[in-house]
Amino acid sequence: MLRNPLRGVLNMKLGIFALQGAFLEHRLAFEKLGVRTVEIRRRAHFTDGLDGIVLPGGESTVQGKLLREEGLLYPVKEAIESGLPVFGTCAGLILLADRLSNDGNVYFGVLRATVKRNAYGRQLGSFRTDLTVRGVGEFPAVFIRAPYIEETGAEVLASVGGKAVAVRQDKILATAFHPELTDDLRVHSYFCDIVRGKV
Amino acid sequence: MANDRFELNKNLAQMLKGGVIMDVTTPEQAKIAEEAGACAVMALERIPADIRAAGGVSRMSDPKMIKGIQNAVSIPVMAKCRIGHIAEAQILQAIEIDYIDESEVLSPADDVYHINKNKFDVPFVCGAKDLGEALRRIAEGAAMIRTKGEPGTGDVVQAVRHMRIMQSEIRKVVTMTEDELFEAAKTLRVPYELVKFVHENGNLPVVNFAAGGVATPADGALMMQLGAEGVFVGSGIFKSGNPAKRARAIVQAVTNFENPKILAELSEDLGEAMVGINEQEIALLMAERGK
Repeated sequence: MLRNPLRGVLNMKLGIFALQGAFLEHRLAFEKLGVRTVEIRRRAHFTDGLDGIVLPGGESTVQGKLLREEGLLYPVKEAIESGLPVFGTCAGLILLADRLSNDGNVYFGVLRATVKRNAYGRQLGSFRTDLTVRGVGEFPAVFIRAPYIEETGAEVLASVGGKAVAVRQDKILATAFHPELTDDLRVHSYFCDIVRGKV
Repeated sequence: MANDRFELNKNLAQMLKGGVIMDVTTPEQAKIAEEAGACAVMALERIPADIRAAGGVSRMSDPKMIKGIQNAVSIPVMAKCRIGHIAEAQILQAIEIDYIDESEVLSPADDVYHINKNKFDVPFVCGAKDLGEALRRIAEGAAMIRTKGEPGTGDVVQAVRHMRIMQSEIRKVVTMTEDELFEAAKTLRVPYELVKFVHENGNLPVVNFAAGGVATPADGALMMQLGAEGVFVGSGIFKSGNPAKRARAIVQAVTNFENPKILAELSEDLGEAMVGINEQEIALLMAERGK
């Protein structure tokens, strides 16, 4: 794909899962980078021609349930396993993980990681911190009732207190924090680079 | 730090968007709500319809009962305190509630002052009938706004009215010239900076949900089409014939609010809806509490 310095990433189209949560924030971030986005709410919206997909923050129990009821779990899992790039934040990380340490559910199960839900406790445990994300640099990370990764076979891009909070496995990018809640577009831009096979 | 806290609290409301927050009175109901797809639950001893029927003073729920619900589910748990009741809010913060609803559904503890919510670390959601009320609550530290509706009635007319007024007033502020904003701040009785934010962004600085009288999937979809970013359902679920099914249907309706075909399917065969009371039959207008 061509990159036009003024218009951003040309011809890239990402599907943003819009079942519940902060999907609009992701759309706006990608649109600022010049990426076209479409919302996926139904099975019929998950079509060919997407260069990548995004799983936003929100409540993983709600999103997982709606994905299951809509018959989206299997086709999306298959597409990710066939190499469709995916970017998941917070609830998105939980949906991608192949094991949850404090919850019996597994959703897509494509990311080699054991994830702990609500790992920092309730809302009083939510926090913001600057951390170094490999491939991105210093980044303001916002954690909202966030999970962390207890163990993973994926490449760890960032950690907090010894726990992985950003990982990459081939074309899967997942963070426990919310880059979509800041004005900093570098993690989104990094995902575009993954989609284009640049990194 | 204080500013960080407000941002984080606003952010939690962003994560609830596109979701349904359900009133529950027991851990069992909380589990039904979570399994049906609630993005959060509101723990309270009596749902608004019963508060209305019982009459008398209604207060914050027993912390033990709230803790039981916190232990039963993994989604955020909210609870209500009376308007202006600082101590009730402190108690709810002490048990690490995820969101406090300073609510007109309970009997107001203070008929002049709302809680100074900026002094708390946990987030607050407050009701508002119009833009002025919403911005006053935000100035006091509310990190989320909802319509007031008329709780416990199953009549959506007031939630619709509040949402319509709010959206229309926002549009008006957006079209104002900069000089007019100073006067708008004066007539709305709110800080100038907040009016300026609305003028520049075309929305409230915090997430805005619908609440009050939502009883069907169609009600949920209606509120979303009118600009709500999510929906509270109080009595509508556990006062109905088949709570689990109705709850699931409302959750799906809020996601698919622009798709009438799906809404038609969701509206089928839900059993008895809550009976409800029409606005004109109500003796006590809760929405008139706390302006």
